[in-house]
Amino acid sequence: MDIKVTGPEPTELERKVVDGVLGSAESAWAGGKRDLEREGRISLLGGNRARSKRDQLLPAFHAVQERFGWIPPGAFNYICKRLTVPPAEAYGVATFFHMFSMEHRPSTEVHVCEDIACRIKGSEALCENLEKAHNGSNLVGIRKSPCLGLCEWAPAALILRSGESYEGGAIGKATPEKVQASLDSGKLPDRPKFPDRPKFPDRHWDWLTHSVPQMGESQLRLLSRIGSVDPASVEDYHIQGGFEGLAKAVAMGPLATIAEVTASGLMGRGGAAFPTGKKWEAVAQAQGSTKYVVCNADESEPGTFKDRVIMEGDPLAVIEGILIAAFATGAQKGFIYIRGEYPLAINRIQNAIDAVRTAGLLGENIQGTGHSFDIEIRKGAGAYICGEETALVNSIEGKRGEPRNKPPFPVHVGLFGKPTLINNVETLANIPWILRMGGAAYAGIGTGNSKGQKLFCVSGHVKKPGVYETPFGITLRQLITLAGGTSGSAPIKAVLLGGAAGAFVGPENLDVPLTFEGTRAIGATLGSGVVMVFDQTTDLGEILVRIAAFFRDESCGQCVPCRVGAIRQEELVARLRRGKPNGSAADEVVLLGEIAQVMRDASICGLGHTASGAIQSALKIFGNDVLGESRS
Amino acid sequence: MSESTYWFQPPPRPSKIPLPPEEPKIPPVEISIDGSKVVVPAGATILDACKKVGLDTPTICYHDTLTPVNVCRVCVVELDGSRTLVPSCSRKAETGMVIKTDSERVRHSRKMVLEFLQSSVDLSTAPQIVKQAERYGANSARYGESATPAAANERDHRHAGHHEFPPGNRAQTVAQPPKIDNDLYVRDYAKCLLCYKCVEACGTDAQNTFAIAVAGRGFDGRISTEFNNPLPDSACVYCGNCIGVCPTGALSFKSEFDMRKEGTWDESKQTKTDTICSFCGVGCTLSLHVQDNRIVKVMSPGEQEITRGNLCIKGRFGYSHVQNEPDKDARTR
Repeated sequence: MDIKVTGPEPTELERKVVDGVLGSAESAWAGGKRDLEREGRISLLGGNRARSKRDQLLPAFHAVQERFGWIPPGAFNYICKRLTVPPAEAYGVATFFHMFSMEHRPSTEVHVCEDIACRIKGSEALCENLEKAHNGSNLVGIRKSPCLGLCEWAPAALILRSGESYEGGAIGKATPEKVQASLDSGKLPDRPKFPDRPKFPDRHWDWLTHSVPQMGESQLRLLSRIGSVDPASVEDYHIQGGFEGLAKAVAMGPLATIAEVTASGLMGRGGAAFPTGKKWEAVAQAQGSTKYVVCNADESEPGTFKDRVIMEGDPLAVIEGILIAAFATGAQKGFIYIRGEYPLAINRIQNAIDAVRTAGLLGENIQGTGHSFDIEIRKGAGAYICGEETALVNSIEGKRGEPRNKPPFPVHVGLFGKPTLINNVETLANIPWILRMGGAAYAGIGTGNSKGQKLFCVSGHVKKPGVYETPFGITLRQLITLAGGTSGSAPIKAVLLGGAAGAFVGPENLDVPLTFEGTRAIGATLGSGVVMVFDQTTDLGEILVRIAAFFRDESCGQCVPCRVGAIRQEELVARLRRGKPNGSAADEVVLLGEIAQVMRDASICGLGHTASGAIQSALKIFGNDVLGESRS
Repeated sequence: MSESTYWFQPPPRPSKIPLPPEEPKIPPVEISIDGSKVVVPAGATILDACKKVGLDTPTICYHDTLTPVNVCRVCVVELDGSRTLVPSCSRKAETGMVIKTDSERVRHSRKMVLEFLQSSVDLSTAPQIVKQAERYGANSARYGESATPAAANERDHRHAGHHEFPPGNRAQTVAQPPKIDNDLYVRDYAKCLLCYKCVEACGTDAQNTFAIAVAGRGFDGRISTEFNNPLPDSACVYCGNCIGVCPTGALSFKSEFDMRKEGTWDESKQTKTDTICSFCGVGCTLSLHVQDNRIVKVMSPGEQEITRGNLCIKGRFGYSHVQNEPDKDARTR
């Protein structure tokens, strides 16, 4: 392929940064120095060989963005040459993600969460305040961000600082003063130094104590080690029961392992609740010798933060889950796709991978078994849609994060066209437990079709927001009580289950069991386990406005029903909110329903299918006036 | 020299030309469409089956020489057992499928998709789509008046993610001034409904030039060169194959664009003459669109086997020598 690259050449520094990811350029063709000795033979180094590294596009963009705070044209061009990616395509990829910038930006950026959980805790005022303080600043930029996955810390902010050492740090219960103090001191509140290994226990444990209010309780499984295990120590993990599941799996062989997972009745914990055993079986049986395991850690559903907590607190459990999955399905390579907004989780997972590799459980010919397997982290760059499995796969491949049409499903045609197992973080963290207990024992926990223990992300107006682990069967009311009840004196007005892609339930349904079938029976969904509580002081219209805006911002734009539907839905919500309908308000609500139907019926992926669910459920429960209420 | 002096004896010539091995016979597929049984060859799509029974299925992003991207969703049909509707253009027919092409849900989705397009895209040069919108009763007036068009290149600088919350009283559109940066063709993205066809034609489905791609995200998605560079600074080779597949006239010959602007474009006065391109030995068929004895547009019929509707810059734009024009404004006389 002959690509045309015009515009500036990279500076020495830009070249160095890109080479840090891609290795040094082997030929002038790929943007390196001319080597007259080798010329004539260098065609071997371009073409297919360069193009096969297309999946390095995102890592290369990340490296440049993290060094300069934006992607300068010289570096961009150099990346295109190195990977033989046409610049127009690379530009399409870079402009797809909101964490990448093609225009110069300040080196320090404060991402202020503007999503629901933070919004009801005053994130708008926080953002306004910070914007005013840094108006016109060349050093600090303030960006509004979709849910940062820090809902138990609402309102939250994330500071990302580009430069020689890229730093990212989250600020919980953020105030303008806290953010300012952090910016002034030049020290980020938690600053994982890549790739240094933090000492255990470090100060981040205070952070997790808040996120896991049940810490240390005996009935916990997924959260049992959080707070007591050194996340980067294989020995420590081993002492606390780690790798027992892997040992059992290896002893019983792949087929029996899959049988155990099937017997456990485990359903995917990412939101779609697909039977995990079936997926594993399909990948194991799929034709072809090259297979992949992908851990979906692109947790971006507003209100969800359970995967972050697992990755920060017990990353080795995720790695063990991946190792078992790879062993059972015969995969040779694993990827963990973690959203870019989780610097601490990325750091912890990387340290855990390094530790496992040192312990000899990753690499070529693992412990003389002949089995080779390795895991690589891929960072997302700010796109909710990349949590959709086929969009995630495209994103790893260095393409725009647009979902693929299904069928074929990734279990048959997935990453790089090969059979691919894609599981959520929580799903994989369940796997070692299933093998330790046995599938049948695991299936003994829970109710009906909902087996095992589930993590719930409780946030909003509760006294102790955080991740809670309970066996399936707990009711919504019990869970809220577990989280200390409502934070104020006002009674509950509504609860959002499943996040922005989920549905509201009213106070009359507080006794619904939080199971897949229980929530379905009342027309709601468990989704990723979001339980966001709103008391009577909440203006639900404001929440719906944000949900509509969220989907408009995050729709990938590929299919018409979602691309245009999301913006028309947002406009309609805006009209109703402002009390200025086109014609009668009743007609407008009917139109909103029609938009909802086409998005549900005709969109390509789950984003479009669920983008109207929460709004429709609110209209159904609270009536058409919900949007306009307490209008001032 | 006798044959035995060769050290190598070639095998005897076959008396008949050997035939390629027989293709494995894959049994045809039987599906039910609106109650009637249809048998199609294995690998055929639902759309193929619909065509076979004579159903007029609307399509926009589908093109028979391009890989289906199934993004417009206007061809959706209802498949028994599927939670959502399925795109007929890309979904392969499987034995036992029961399909409805005119159910309430299907009609609703088609109507809404067309309504969405009508409310956000200038369809003035896409009569086919307007006709489909009428057929399904689309009424884009429900979304209010159109918002003010974007300034030139404003949409090209929109960042993915956060947007200001809109007032809502006016429907946002993709309206913007056309991009005129060369003498051969114009990109009027106010008419672009993002069907991805031009990107496919520029890429591996035809030209392998990769000058354009989809950039941005969501409603701000757009067809763009790198950094929104003008075409002459991009990889574009002016084959015009993107014009050939554009369903809305967003991409058009500069000659057509200018004449439309002047109000002299009149398809009723145009003749279409097929001829063979004389520039090289490939032998592409050219369809010369002629108005007032002047070539105003050159296309190539898609059913023509040699290049399936594709041309190069010479066939597509290299016609001025035929016109022998001393005066550039001759056509206005």
